[in-house]
Amino acid sequence: MEPILTLSDIGFGYGRNRVLAHIGFQVHAGEIIGILGPNGSGKSTLLKLMDGILLPHEGEILIRERPLSDFKRSDLAKEVAMVSQENHFRFAFSVMEVVLMGRFPHLGKTQFEGKEDIKAALEALEATHTDHLAGRSLDELSGGEKQRVLIARALAQEPNVILLDEPTSFLDLKYKREMFRLITSMGKSKGLSVVIVSHDIDLASQYCDRILLLNKGVIHKLGVPEEVITATDIETVYDCPVHVDRNPATGKPRVSII
Amino acid sequence: MGRLDRRNAVEKRLTPYRVLTLSAMMALLLFAVGCLSLVIGTADISLKSLGALFSGSLTPEDPTRLILFRIRLPRIILAGFVGFALSLGGVVFQALLRNPLADPYILGVSSGSAFGAVMAIVLGLGFGVGVPVMSFAGALLTVWLLMQLGTRRMGMESNTILLMGVIINAFFTAIIMFFISTAADERLHSMLFWLYGDLSQGRYAHLSLIGPVLLAALAILYRFSGHLNLITAGEEVAAQLGVEVKQTKKICFLVVSLMIGVVVAFSGLIGFIGLMVPHLARMIFGSDHRLLIPMSSIGGAAFLIAADTLARTVISPSELPVGVITAFMGAPFFVFLLRRKGSRWSQS
Repeated sequence: MEPILTLSDIGFGYGRNRVLAHIGFQVHAGEIIGILGPNGSGKSTLLKLMDGILLPHEGEILIRERPLSDFKRSDLAKEVAMVSQENHFRFAFSVMEVVLMGRFPHLGKTQFEGKEDIKAALEALEATHTDHLAGRSLDELSGGEKQRVLIARALAQEPNVILLDEPTSFLDLKYKREMFRLITSMGKSKGLSVVIVSHDIDLASQYCDRILLLNKGVIHKLGVPEEVITATDIETVYDCPVHVDRNPATGKPRVSII
Repeated sequence: MGRLDRRNAVEKRLTPYRVLTLSAMMALLLFAVGCLSLVIGTADISLKSLGALFSGSLTPEDPTRLILFRIRLPRIILAGFVGFALSLGGVVFQALLRNPLADPYILGVSSGSAFGAVMAIVLGLGFGVGVPVMSFAGALLTVWLLMQLGTRRMGMESNTILLMGVIINAFFTAIIMFFISTAADERLHSMLFWLYGDLSQGRYAHLSLIGPVLLAALAILYRFSGHLNLITAGEEVAAQLGVEVKQTKKICFLVVSLMIGVVVAFSGLIGFIGLMVPHLARMIFGSDHRLLIPMSSIGGAAFLIAADTLARTVISPSELPVGVITAFMGAPFFVFLLRRKGSRWSQS
């Protein structure tokens, strides 16, 4: 499989505080990678590096063999979309307006959306089950609804890779499941690669193809969930005693705090 | 229900046709306000004599013609230009700083600009080039100070920028007061009017300088209207969606500074237009800058023409500085907005 994103020996720090070191892995087409790790392990920073918001101090990131730093922002936005935790709209925008913002990198010089853009936005709204909210103001929505709208915006961007920074943090159980199912189906049907930062180890275990476990800015382990989510690894990284068994319904590793 | 909502949302979306139609309607309103302002004033001019003027039956020396063409028309056009620029500047500042309370006056950009203009007069520079150039430099200096002091030490919190603007405003106003207090008498009046805002100094020569600057500024800023929509969601988010944020901010700040510098050089300090008009426009037309920019700027022109008409008629035959009228309306409006939205806006 051809890698879409390649990270080679990435290092980064804020001032003298070194946050990430020697990070190297590849993201393939249609693959879903979960990034797990305790608070402060560098998960969100890693996503920002993959989206070019931050530039690595060491190493290189390639998008299909082309250095990420060579991309114009609008071209990069056609390749990689990100749903970050920082999304505070200062002024009232409708859900449709917010989702259409995802079409920004595709707009011509007139800056107005055409039929293709509307189609992409409607498909994204449908995929995230937010089409009934299209005319509502984003301000009026619950945290979970807002999160789904922001994912719809990322889908409307029609990227090859979507980076999600804790996408299920505001969602209830039903929507958490739906969100992961949606992400999985997008990966499989459209060949879209997804990288998810999450604190939900069980859902990541169930839905991700591979898990990258970060500890203090370095990769502790990278592999399929069964290899990475073991009692020893989770206890070492999270500094917390756990019991890991297999979920009887899915057969995937399941973590319980002791 | 879902389908209906979806269809409504699609139909309500912004199209170039909708922007043009609403802009044309707003321009008609501006024209009507301008015509009304032309016939209202201390000297009684009837609609009949206005008709005679347009039909060409008035002699060149007719007092009506002189009042309309030499006094009222340049003043009305200047008011329109200034209102246009201040409102446009307000919309753009509010988006760039992600602060609904930002406007060129509150942020101190207007007073920085007036400081530049006063310095030009002190140095004996002329109104043709010297005063507008120094005024632009003053506006630019203020924006630079805001960015440096407001971001480096205390982070990019929008309320910090606002406070910094208030401080810069007070500082430049104090410097202007100093020069007024120590200036020779003949220069005093030309400096004094900057503090209160005065549109009576409108001359066609000035207007021919301001007009093209505003047109160019509008064209450039409109090019960035989509970018501004995304910046209101956060600079990081805007960058993720494909906006070159640093470049956009640099160009927009530069263009707004130029525009504010040029109008303040000929109008002085007129406050709160850039706060009130964009808010009213946002309440009526929504937050999309592709529509908000034309609505605010044309609406601002109409608003200031109306305010100036009030300023020159309310205590007729004397006049009030137009800045007094806008401050009377703007200060309570500011407090109203602060109380209504303060808690939400305090999150950064």
